[in-house]
Amino acid sequence: MILLLFIIPALAGLAAFALRSPAVRRGLLIGTALVHAALTAICWQTTPSPALGGWLALDAAGLLFLSITSGLFLVASFYAAGYLGQQANKHITDAEEGMLFDNAPEAVFIGCLLLFLATMTLVTVSQHFGLLWVAVEATTLASAPLIYFHRHHRSLEATWKYLLVCSVGIALALLACFFLGVAATPPNGEGFPLVLSDLVAKAQQLQTPWLKAACLLFFVGYGTKMGLAPLHTWLPDAHSEAPSVVSALLSGAVLNCAFLGLVRVQQVCVAAGLGAFGRDVWLLLGLVSLVVGAVFIIGQTDYKRLLAYSSVENMGIIALGVGLGSAGAFGAMLHAVNHSLAKAMLFLLSGNILARYQTKNIAQVRGLLSAAPVTGVLWVAGFLAITGTPPFGLFLSKFTILKAAIDGGRTWIVVMFLVAVGVIFIGMTTAFFGMAQGVPDKGASKLANRDRWWQIAPPAVLGLLVLWLGLAIPGPLNNVLRQIAATLGDAP
Amino acid sequence: MNNTNIILVLVVLTNLKLLGSSRLGASIRVVAMQGVVLGLLPILAHTNELSVRFAVLAAGTIALKGIVFPWFLFRAVWEAEVTREVEPYVGYVTSLLAGVLILAVSFWMCERLPMPETLASSWLAPVAFFSIFAGLFLIVSRKRAVSQVLGFLVLENGVYAFGVGLAPHTSLLVEAGVLLDVFVAVFVMGITIFHINREFDHIETNRLNTLKD
Repeated sequence: MILLLFIIPALAGLAAFALRSPAVRRGLLIGTALVHAALTAICWQTTPSPALGGWLALDAAGLLFLSITSGLFLVASFYAAGYLGQQANKHITDAEEGMLFDNAPEAVFIGCLLLFLATMTLVTVSQHFGLLWVAVEATTLASAPLIYFHRHHRSLEATWKYLLVCSVGIALALLACFFLGVAATPPNGEGFPLVLSDLVAKAQQLQTPWLKAACLLFFVGYGTKMGLAPLHTWLPDAHSEAPSVVSALLSGAVLNCAFLGLVRVQQVCVAAGLGAFGRDVWLLLGLVSLVVGAVFIIGQTDYKRLLAYSSVENMGIIALGVGLGSAGAFGAMLHAVNHSLAKAMLFLLSGNILARYQTKNIAQVRGLLSAAPVTGVLWVAGFLAITGTPPFGLFLSKFTILKAAIDGGRTWIVVMFLVAVGVIFIGMTTAFFGMAQGVPDKGASKLANRDRWWQIAPPAVLGLLVLWLGLAIPGPLNNVLRQIAATLGDAP
Repeated sequence: MNNTNIILVLVVLTNLKLLGSSRLGASIRVVAMQGVVLGLLPILAHTNELSVRFAVLAAGTIALKGIVFPWFLFRAVWEAEVTREVEPYVGYVTSLLAGVLILAVSFWMCERLPMPETLASSWLAPVAFFSIFAGLFLIVSRKRAVSQVLGFLVLENGVYAFGVGLAPHTSLLVEAGVLLDVFVAVFVMGITIFHINREFDHIETNRLNTLKD
């Protein structure tokens, strides 16, 4: 069952490279996404049995992130199929500099998308730290060609930065795996394998200095991939230059995969009695990310970069939540779900806007509400969701984290959190309402063949989900969140 | 001095040579040599438990790092047909001095850490750290995309050396996965270099400067 989750998209990805017919290939993409989502849904009913001697298993955290990934991919695959149909076989004029460029072959794009799904699935089901590392690095490699879909110099620059920064960061995470191996080898005795359940069970035997060193290196390695400031440098470039559907997946799924890696590390730290040490690092990185996000969102001129920095900010909020212990961790997990949905929705909409206005400049987009009413309304709704306005889900999760900080008596954190979130709210209001209101230029209105269904339905579905999570958290989800939070807080 | 230490000394020397080298071709060859030397490490470091696993690991490492990567990178350099200098931000002599300093710091640092007894040699950890830092230094101090890939490889070699020294607790599946990832990484980076070359008529990363805030 677990193996199927991984193997089906991997095989489909390889098949996509070989298939000739574009229609069949797009069908394969959507079909695989549907099967994957169905399998994931079954996992909620019955926990699948572990595979490969316990190296692959689905615990609460894995299940949560697998569901996010699978759900987002399903929605994004419909958007991608439509998008590819529109982009097929023509030279495209670059929106910013007016040059002509080609796209990467569609077979490569769909193949890499499916392999990307396979590697992300592997991240969520890996229980062994070595395997987890292999999977996280593989997500980088599978997604690099996706960022370089539009073949021009800016996307090339973004791809190069992404590859190099993430690969170097993740190489340090490999060193951290070996450090963990040293920590798991008692001075006079046999070591044990780096499987999460073993490490947690025998955590008292771990050697503290090596565990601490491993923990810090994991933060550098997976933190780079998660986009925590000051290690986020690749993130705005990759998100702004990739096709919007890829940006949505990067922001909604990949960042979460790296976050899951760090959650595993924190679970070991907590079991070994180093929970407080780990939480301090989470808090520090979280606060820095919040501040960096706020600084770069103010005065941002490119709306895709704006969304990217908002991802940095939200990853900061999530890190902050984990750093606040059990109650905060509950909020952090909920926030991870909400953020994925809302940010993917916004990135998909940004693709619609880019197609219509042919610019990524905030100041040049005017009158979205009258030029494209549905996209415009969704864009405003997405803004309200991402900034944490009730009744959307992000309000609930941000509030949970804030409450954890207040209950913990962390006055400074509460103040910094509120100031940063306030500044970001103002910055984003200026940008979003400027874009939504006003009179559109003729170009934008003339292009206004109505938005296609594939441009509207996927973001609308995501928006409804965020709204639903704001009104009520379904019981099973609540259980899973509680289980994860319990592994991240010290026992009373 | 046992075999392991000879290998480690060779690794240190190749790193220093790389820091002072001005030619791209020579640099690629040096990294290839380092890859071959490191490929022998698992066999020599664990002579008492010679097994199929170490043989496979050694063969895979040597084939990839000694033959496939250099061939691939040479093609990237030759296709680019530009001057074949490394073009550093930091001069060669300064780089060498920095290298010696890093080496000293690595040894000093490892004196202070409680080393596990399973490590094959007391020099293994400091040399591994030296490679890691030297790799990072190469990545930030060189303009050429190919040089940065070489820096990444040196960094990865350092991590690999540390891992092999510990070998008993890592398993073949993970090692194979790591090798596969590194292979694909270099492959994708190589392709990206082709494209950078075609798009810009050069492979200097300092001109990749459009995207910023």
